[in-house]
Amino acid sequence: MSEQSNQNSLVSMRTVEIAVALMFLVFAIVVMQGSIKLGSSWGSDGPQAGYFPFYISLIILISSSATLIQAVRQKELSNETFVDKGPFRQVLAVLIPAFFFTLSMQLIGIYVSAAIYIAFFMIWIGKYAVWKSIALGVAVSVALYMMFEYWFQIPLPSGSLINPLALVGIQ
Amino acid sequence: MEELNALLNGFAVALSPFNILLMLVGVTLGVIIGVLPGLGGANGIAILLPLTFTMPPTSAIIMLSCIYWGALFGGAITSILFNIPGEPWSVATTFDGYPMAQQGKAGEALTISFTSSFIGALFAIIMITFLAPLVAKFALRFGPPEFFAVYLLTFCSFVGMNKGSPFKVLSAMMLGFALAAVGMDSVTGQLRLTFGSTELMRGFDFLIAVIGLFGIGEILQSMEEGLNFSGKTAKIRAKVVFETWARLPRYWATSLRSCLIGCWMGITPGGATPAAFMSYGLAKQMSKNPKNFGKGDEEGLVAPETANNAAGTAALLPMLSLGIPGSPTAAVLLGGLLIWGLQPGPLLFVEQPDFVWGLIASMYLGNIAALFVVLTCVPTFAAILKIPFSIIAPVIIVICAVGAYTVNNAMFDVWLMLGFGVLGYLFKKLDYPMAPMVLALVLGDRAEDSFRQAMLVSQGNLGIFFSNPLVGTITGLALVLLFWPLISKLRPQKVAA
Repeated sequence: MSEQSNQNSLVSMRTVEIAVALMFLVFAIVVMQGSIKLGSSWGSDGPQAGYFPFYISLIILISSSATLIQAVRQKELSNETFVDKGPFRQVLAVLIPAFFFTLSMQLIGIYVSAAIYIAFFMIWIGKYAVWKSIALGVAVSVALYMMFEYWFQIPLPSGSLINPLALVGIQ
Repeated sequence: MEELNALLNGFAVALSPFNILLMLVGVTLGVIIGVLPGLGGANGIAILLPLTFTMPPTSAIIMLSCIYWGALFGGAITSILFNIPGEPWSVATTFDGYPMAQQGKAGEALTISFTSSFIGALFAIIMITFLAPLVAKFALRFGPPEFFAVYLLTFCSFVGMNKGSPFKVLSAMMLGFALAAVGMDSVTGQLRLTFGSTELMRGFDFLIAVIGLFGIGEILQSMEEGLNFSGKTAKIRAKVVFETWARLPRYWATSLRSCLIGCWMGITPGGATPAAFMSYGLAKQMSKNPKNFGKGDEEGLVAPETANNAAGTAALLPMLSLGIPGSPTAAVLLGGLLIWGLQPGPLLFVEQPDFVWGLIASMYLGNIAALFVVLTCVPTFAAILKIPFSIIAPVIIVICAVGAYTVNNAMFDVWLMLGFGVLGYLFKKLDYPMAPMVLALVLGDRAEDSFRQAMLVSQGNLGIFFSNPLVGTITGLALVLLFWPLISKLRPQKVAA
């Protein structure tokens, strides 16, 4: 990694390594507690329900501690970039709309959400003409509808809050 | 000759007009999936799996396995024309494939890579035809301890064969096991690790994990790298194909070696990606003029392409004969078996001969269909890559969301998929391997069941895993692989001293 990229660095490799290893540690402890509560020893009829998960969590505990110690010791990892600011903005540009798409899929169903999401993404990131973006978004939604509801007869989420398709009388 | 008879029956099953249509649809979809970023063999099949619930199982597996063949072929197109490997196992294909395309020999490069892929796959299928029934017959004698030992071997070989940190392999793998344990315990009927949540009672479905880890994770990574596709266009003329085919027999030694490497790496869960690299490295070492490698050498294209298709195909051998998949994609196909109500394992050959041999016969036919489709339709597939990422990304995320939802008709799974996507992005950047995690998620319950049954037999004595020569050998081998990183670390020090 050159020094120049360091200035744009958002977070170092070492920080993320440590954070993920800690995440594993917390996960291991949660699973371990859950298994102990279930009974992780030998019951009257063989191994109890928590027997296997207990040892699984023990291995995670050991292996993630080892990763954690390695990451803490390797000071030179802090000079390595995990992600630069610019590219991270790109990642968020996908992730945040995807989050809102999922939310609206839950509330107003998939068809309208998908059309809006695709059109929005094309206009915002791709700088496409508005009519083109909306046309493609609607086309994908119609294709989804034809394929799932009509052809394979598999219902897709139609919205827990309101069902836009019912408003126009399709469903 | 018993196998040949069975195979002929299989051809009779596979050669119905409906199944041939499904084969062509599967192969075409597979190539498209292989070309598109964010959709690969494993998550492509995971997304389409719910569509096959109502089909007869044989037709369903024929279509899904054909998607897999298509994806194995399709990965090469982007590597050669755009220097972007569509699949991780095509990375080694870019080394000599892209330089050839730059020299104006794209047609030759594609022909070589498709033909080598076909030969690798064919070799592996012939091996499956004759070896899989034997392995299955042998495995009929397996009891719970033997099965657990084979599971142990599968998972330990991930630790032994991975180049990265063994601790990360262990962490990722055990995360898979822990997630697999969530939900109803099949032995005691108790709810495990659900922490009072009704959504968690269903447990974690590995299909959701596959779609999130491989689909959303890859989109996030592609976005970070800021992909812009600028590539060569290609047309394959019939003359070029025949001229290239006339040249290929001289690489028979490389081809045979790559087939063997591929089959070995496919059966042991090394996978297609290391097989391609290993085969490329060996071809370079043994070549008379290794300097040409990386500059557009034809042999450097034959080696990885033969090996990765051989490995990808051979990964189905343990899946069919033992019920233990050798790769994430084979794991998804195994998940399909369970959904269609078939019990994977050695008994499959006895109880469902039509299904097994129909599938094996369709492997021959599917690969011929795939070769035909890719050779004739390359310009169309290359055009897909010209579609800008700002259109592809949202469409693929919508498709992934639909795929995740249809597995259980649950909105919760779509949220889970997003979570796995972020995890996949982190894992990829930090070098945590995803294949062992997915396999652990698929096999977790079955591995645990065989462990508990073995423990019941022995009253908690771990010695049962060394109680006879067979199980002892497998367990011993597994332990050697588990501690391989440690053993190989000690060795060079001895030499130095």
